[in-house]
Amino acid sequence: MNWESLIPLIAILIIIFGAGIWAGGYLKSSTNFAQDYFLGGRSLGGFVLAMTMTATYGSASSFIGGPGTAYNEGLGWVLLAMSQVATGYFVLMILGKKFAVVTRKYKALTMVDFLKARYQSKWVVIFSALSIIIFLFSAMAAQWIGGARLIESLIGIDYTSALFIFAVAVLIYVTVGGFRAVALTDAIQGSIMFGGTLILLIAVIIAGGGVPALIAELTAENPNLITPYGSEGQLTPTYVSSFWILVGVGVVALPQIAVRAMSYKNARSMHRAIIIGTVVVGFIMLNMHLIGVFARPILPGIEVGDKVMPLIALEVMPNWLAGIVLAAPMAAIMSTVDSLLLLVSSTIVKDVYLNYVKPDASQQTIKRLSIGITALLGVIIFLMALNPPDLIIWLNLFAFGGLEAAFIWPIVLGLYWQKGNKYGALASMVTGVGLYIISDLFFPQPFGLHSVVMPVVISFFVYVVVSLLTQKQTARMRVL
Amino acid sequence: MKKQDEKIANREAWIGVGLVIFNFIWWFAFAYGLGKKEPNQYTYILGFPAWFFYSCILGFMVMAVLVTVIVKKYFVAIPFDEEMEEE
Repeated sequence: MNWESLIPLIAILIIIFGAGIWAGGYLKSSTNFAQDYFLGGRSLGGFVLAMTMTATYGSASSFIGGPGTAYNEGLGWVLLAMSQVATGYFVLMILGKKFAVVTRKYKALTMVDFLKARYQSKWVVIFSALSIIIFLFSAMAAQWIGGARLIESLIGIDYTSALFIFAVAVLIYVTVGGFRAVALTDAIQGSIMFGGTLILLIAVIIAGGGVPALIAELTAENPNLITPYGSEGQLTPTYVSSFWILVGVGVVALPQIAVRAMSYKNARSMHRAIIIGTVVVGFIMLNMHLIGVFARPILPGIEVGDKVMPLIALEVMPNWLAGIVLAAPMAAIMSTVDSLLLLVSSTIVKDVYLNYVKPDASQQTIKRLSIGITALLGVIIFLMALNPPDLIIWLNLFAFGGLEAAFIWPIVLGLYWQKGNKYGALASMVTGVGLYIISDLFFPQPFGLHSVVMPVVISFFVYVVVSLLTQKQTARMRVL
Repeated sequence: MKKQDEKIANREAWIGVGLVIFNFIWWFAFAYGLGKKEPNQYTYILGFPAWFFYSCILGFMVMAVLVTVIVKKYFVAIPFDEEMEEE
């Protein structure tokens, strides 16, 4: 067991816990439990908002491989990852003030609340809630597996015990603290990622004898590694550009991102968050992926992508520092998990139970149910992660694209286009998800594009055309 | 929403769209404009291939500065709660 790196790592996790429990104490005195538990009382300041956004984007990208893929593909993958700089400003500018004002007016606590109030349609709500539960649940299970693997390789215990430690840690602070705890821990975790990747990048460059030496070694091994086209020349400009939709602008439609865009205090915190978010996202993406590329000449022959970060950290830095820096990927995984967990449980409690099962539930019932469901979900995921079924892994692969295809137009056009109505929204969601699944199964890269692009484009036209054709039916209920 | 606030919100959303288009063009033009040469023809800046430096490193810095300036100069703070007004 590697105590020298383990102690700093544990220390950091304890700090994170402390924050969660402190935020939980605040929750006790709360008068509006649902708003505080799921949205942090709409009181986030600029810095915390930027960091919680960043931590959530960071995890949206982790499914496309991150540093491990950069290790195999070279600078071309860093180029691809830089499409995420756009999320730093785009999401908050697009959803922006309109979303903040409208969701307050509707008293919406979740993305589904917003869709419900905007479209006044049961079917829109049910379809959205189902998409969120299915897609995010599977995304989450995969993150748990990743978190457990990291603990496993770091402490050297077996997978089941590692998974258990991970599950207990996550569940405690999500159930006690709610959204505020998650946002606060995201802020700490985002800061660790920011500092950690910078320190590690510097250490890697020093260990490799400077940037020119590293680049020269990469060129000597395979000149493709320093081109934008990937190690085998397979990263075409069209394919790489389509990631601007998947991990760039499409992120607007992810429910875990949208919910953050309704949680801030005022316009000033939003402005600050746009600036801080852009800088922090770009900085972390650039550093993290460059570390992956530069790790190649220093430690050749790593086979499992997920091991690149831990191995290179232990190689180029003293053990204790490696422990602190490795808290960063650990933090990234944890923050994904807890925000997703909260989101799925809010979908069940708020969007399904309160809407259709028992609209007049008391504060006390909501509170018990929220905490109970969150804990129950945790247990189910734990059991699934013990012996992951194949379906989960398959679903996780396109969870984010699926959510984007479903929600991007109902949200964006719902905000800015008054004529959009429930028929358009429902048609667009069904087309988006359906086409995406079909395309992903049968035509993985139509026209060289990532499979998310066509469904997003087509569902736009479906939304517009169907809304225009059904104007008469909805003319009497203008909400905005 | 008040007419005036609505205008502000719409304008800022369009600024977001404009920025992302600019960002994409900068990123794409430098990466594939300079990067399509054979690797042995590459020029280097601070040790990085020129395409990478301009597209990813400088491009990121330009966006960070641009976003900061635009938000500070052109974004207007509006109130989010509107209990007081009737529409």
